Amino acid sequence: MEAGTITITGHNGDEIEAYLARPSGGQPYGSMVVIHHMPGYDAGTKEMVRRFAANGYAALCPNLYYREAPGADPDDAAAFARAHGGVPDEQLVGDVDGAARHLRGLPGATGKVGVIGHCSGGRQSFLAACSLELDAAVDCYGAFIVAEPPAGFPLAVQPLLGLAPRLACPLLGLFGADDTFPSPEETGKLAAELDRLGKPHEFHTYDGAGHAFFSVDRPAYRPEAAVDGWAKIFTFLDTHLGN
Amino acid sequence: MCTYVTEKIAVEGSGKGAQGWFPLTHATAYVDHPVHAPYGHTVNIDFLAPERGPSARVAVELTEEAALELVGAITRALAAAPPGLAGRAQTTGASRGTSTSAG
Repeated sequence: MEAGTITITGHNGDEIEAYLARPSGGQPYGSMVVIHHMPGYDAGTKEMVRRFAANGYAALCPNLYYREAPGADPDDAAAFARAHGGVPDEQLVGDVDGAARHLRGLPGATGKVGVIGHCSGGRQSFLAACSLELDAAVDCYGAFIVAEPPAGFPLAVQPLLGLAPRLACPLLGLFGADDTFPSPEETGKLAAELDRLGKPHEFHTYDGAGHAFFSVDRPAYRPEAAVDGWAKIFTFLDTHLGN
Repeated sequence: MCTYVTEKIAVEGSGKGAQGWFPLTHATAYVDHPVHAPYGHTVNIDFLAPERGPSARVAVELTEEAALELVGAITRALAAAPPGLAGRAQTTGASRGTSTSAG
């Protein structure tokens, strides 16, 4: 594979940093936009990008904090962006759109593009899938898609369930039964709404796993759930991105 | 989970980061995933000087218990000193000339 840092055109025409990995060997490939989690454009996220390339997909992760913090360490950039109010939903959609356009233009790309995100990125993956023409979306434990903020809980984000009628591609959801954000009740409500709307989706909730069970270097890592989750991700992508 | 909630305040003082000492202008506190501490969630406190860039930052990631103990320790330390000794109205040591009299 080839992997490295490039510049892409994101929301509002802004030039932003992004991490690209793609297969070598000349076979046509589908592509994935990887949305990094709130702690930033970090080493763990770049590993995920390379994992897609190792499995035959191009993958591109835009640095959502590049505007505010070019060249900063990922944790400093995340703290800086957070102190400045975080990433607006509109900007996120523009950056994912820019990443998807870049991927479609790569030599060897089939033109099919999916999106994946974990934690805050899971919510943003759903947002992107309801806002853009994509071919597949993966939501790994994204909270606040369905749930209203509890009373007295001053959230800066709003639920996205109202966007569900605009979901334009199949959605794979991977969740932990022990998670509280999103809780199994919340993901159940999302599944019920997608059923009602006739939107194709496939949800899996793992017993013995909580939030962030894919994070290999964190105490939340649950190998059985993560290994099975990765297998389900690639089965889903092989079906909908056509590799 | 990501709480998305960030408590942000203006502060006066100095912090020591990777590039040495610098004047602080803000601090944030939030409960979220740590970068380094071996827990799923911690109380994260950042001391910042945004005009100096993202790297002007002193960061700590504390357990809930440690954070509450810290609050108590700060309160006890202040209670053991005469009121105003470390206040912004003091004249001794106010070297940057940014303090104003509280009257």
